[in-house]
Amino acid sequence: MWAGLVAGLFLHALLAPLHEAEAQESRPESRPVVVASKPFGESYLLGEIFAQLLEARGFAVERRLGLGSTQVAFEALRSGAVDVYPEYTGTGLLAILGEDPAGSSSQVFRRVHGEFRDRWGIRWLPPLGFQNTYAISVRAETAAELNLRTLSDLAREAPALVGGFSPDFLGRDDGLPGLRQAYGLELRDTRSLLQAVKYEALQTGRVDVIDAYSTDGFLARAEVAVLEDDRGFFPPYEAAALVGVGLQEEVPGAVAVLTELSGLMQEEGMRELNRRLEVEGESLAQVARSALVDLGLVADETVAGSGTTGMRELRGRRDGSLVAYLWDRRDETLRQTLRHLLLVGLSLGAALVLAIPGALALERLHFGAEAVIRGVGVIQTLPSIALLAFMIPLFGIGVFPAVVALFLYSLFPILRNTYTGVRDADPVAVNAAEALGMTPLQILRQVRLPLAAPVIMAGVRTAAVINVGTATLAAFIGAGGLGDPIVSGLALSDPWMILSGAIPAALLAVLVDGALAGAERRVTPRGLRG
Amino acid sequence: MGFEPSSQATGSGVTDRSAPPALETRGAVKQYGRIRALDGVSLQVSSGECVALVGESGSGKTTLLRLFNRMVEPDQGEVLLDGETARTMDPVRIRRRTGYVQQAGGLLPHWTVLRNVQLVPRLLGMDDVRERARDALERVGLPPDQFGERWPRQLSGGQGQRVAIARAIAARPRVILLDEPFGALDAITRTELRATFGDLRRELGVTAVLVTHDLHEAVELADRVAVLREGQIQEIASPQRLVAAPESPYVARLLALAGLGKGGGEG
Repeated sequence: MWAGLVAGLFLHALLAPLHEAEAQESRPESRPVVVASKPFGESYLLGEIFAQLLEARGFAVERRLGLGSTQVAFEALRSGAVDVYPEYTGTGLLAILGEDPAGSSSQVFRRVHGEFRDRWGIRWLPPLGFQNTYAISVRAETAAELNLRTLSDLAREAPALVGGFSPDFLGRDDGLPGLRQAYGLELRDTRSLLQAVKYEALQTGRVDVIDAYSTDGFLARAEVAVLEDDRGFFPPYEAAALVGVGLQEEVPGAVAVLTELSGLMQEEGMRELNRRLEVEGESLAQVARSALVDLGLVADETVAGSGTTGMRELRGRRDGSLVAYLWDRRDETLRQTLRHLLLVGLSLGAALVLAIPGALALERLHFGAEAVIRGVGVIQTLPSIALLAFMIPLFGIGVFPAVVALFLYSLFPILRNTYTGVRDADPVAVNAAEALGMTPLQILRQVRLPLAAPVIMAGVRTAAVINVGTATLAAFIGAGGLGDPIVSGLALSDPWMILSGAIPAALLAVLVDGALAGAERRVTPRGLRG
Repeated sequence: MGFEPSSQATGSGVTDRSAPPALETRGAVKQYGRIRALDGVSLQVSSGECVALVGESGSGKTTLLRLFNRMVEPDQGEVLLDGETARTMDPVRIRRRTGYVQQAGGLLPHWTVLRNVQLVPRLLGMDDVRERARDALERVGLPPDQFGERWPRQLSGGQGQRVAIARAIAARPRVILLDEPFGALDAITRTELRATFGDLRRELGVTAVLVTHDLHEAVELADRVAVLREGQIQEIASPQRLVAAPESPYVARLLALAGLGKGGGEG
């Protein structure tokens, strides 16, 4: 990690101007309100509702929807990178404060409200009016057959049933482990399933029990039965807007507008909105707009008129072909591609500047080089999401932490190839050069480096291609790029949107690889070309 | 200022007994781990003389050769160049004043033939590097117009070794060290190259140390032949004397195996 820290500091120094520019950019007079969300359908929808309501009241809005996780979104709020995002009281209590689930809805709200205010000055606005807690669900026919109504009923029949749960539910204390203890629930088998495939697996009978959310659009269907939490195991998950310090101080009017939503939204209505978004495939903007109209917060024509200027249409038209859809989004795609190239270029450039001299120094030292390189290689084994999440407490969200993470991923291939290439450069030629009186520096510059150039370039090429792919994950920490539509598309189960990020990203990887293959040929000394 | 290149030819084998030896080791010992590569070697090479170091693999001949350009440092004993200890001299400076040819060339593969031959003159900051390189190529029998712009990989083995020799003489060193320079070549090419080298040495009057495992080569090219065995000089004598009257049974057997000794074949 030593190398990583040094590298981080180094990058920090290198990019400090950019970092500051970004920070300042979000603090001009009458600045836009930065609205964020987490990467799942309902969070997107609530974020979009916040944004449209603010726009309807005359505030400028910047959307940063789909930040990677609770940790990422909250860190962004705490550091002032975003101003508001929808959160759930139970999540605040368990995941952010790290406390045990206890108490009624109002007790939990008071607890998180007071604690967030005292610790960080962050404000929970009065809840929106609905809960989105875990809803353990089975097929309707299973419920009828086995006479299941509550989770206690389920515990009785569990040894014959197979569960399919999201990965985090399998691990969280307020997930399956806690459920096991509270109800003595012992299923025959459990599988780890992502949200996108869970309902499919339930309907086709691959699994019998799943964890859903109480406001899931899918639960509006008749063939699914939600079991009652008769022992009150799940903590309350009331939805509310979470507002950062900056907005409270600088744009108090915006905070007042957001409280207009408090208490207006019902679980039933939310389930219907989610269904329209996730099952019917209506556009995010459209569903949010009709929700605001139905709640009587905006008049129909107001929103249709001026209110939506600059709004990002997250779902394009559905009627044409995929090609037409991609063509419609070309400006957006170009902007994301340029951002993607910025991420890749900065991180790769910094890695070159550090790793090539670093490898040469290691080659001179002889001692300990392998250990250092293997140590740097360990970074490569960290899952990208974990490394990105690790950056947030250090560097916040946005371009800078993403560049640091990508830089760390680029180090190893360049370091390894440079070291090996220089060390193993034609030993007979190197011996002759030394015996004829070249100094070590002359040998390095005139013999070892030119002979190692193709190998070094191959390492740079590997790093660049990995980098283009990994940079799509930078969307999780709000860095933008071609990962944006991929993350949004995954959250909204929208394959076209995923493709609008994935296709350019794949093309970009191929192009970068091709360009660097050309560079590799060019740096190969003519005497070595076959 | 002893250690300078000379353009003045001195005849082969003509040695000035009053001058200090061009190259000398005194009781040189070199240990590699548990292997004693040199076990107290004392050797004097006069200016203009060619001494061949022969012996089996592992006898220490290459280690001994590399003492003279400080590519190897002795653990004990002393190396003297023109009577002065090499220990206080700058190794880079010694090497630039000493020609060096190794087996299979060691030409820099990313440089043209001409650029390779210019290496040492350039390192020494000479201002007529191009002319020197062209002259050196001429002397080893490679027309520079034909070969100068070729890449090393475009040369045959024999041509590559000629370039290596040209590179070693381009700056006109007074001393040239050769480590099995013809070892990897076929018999005909080897014979040609030996002849070229023999002529060149006499023309330039250069002091030469030649490592070889081939007794025929040693006898043909050298003024004196030193037979090494297990890090020691078993015997050192002129080729005629060595062949006529080897002092030890080991040397006699080596000569016999090579078909050179009295009991040998048709040699």
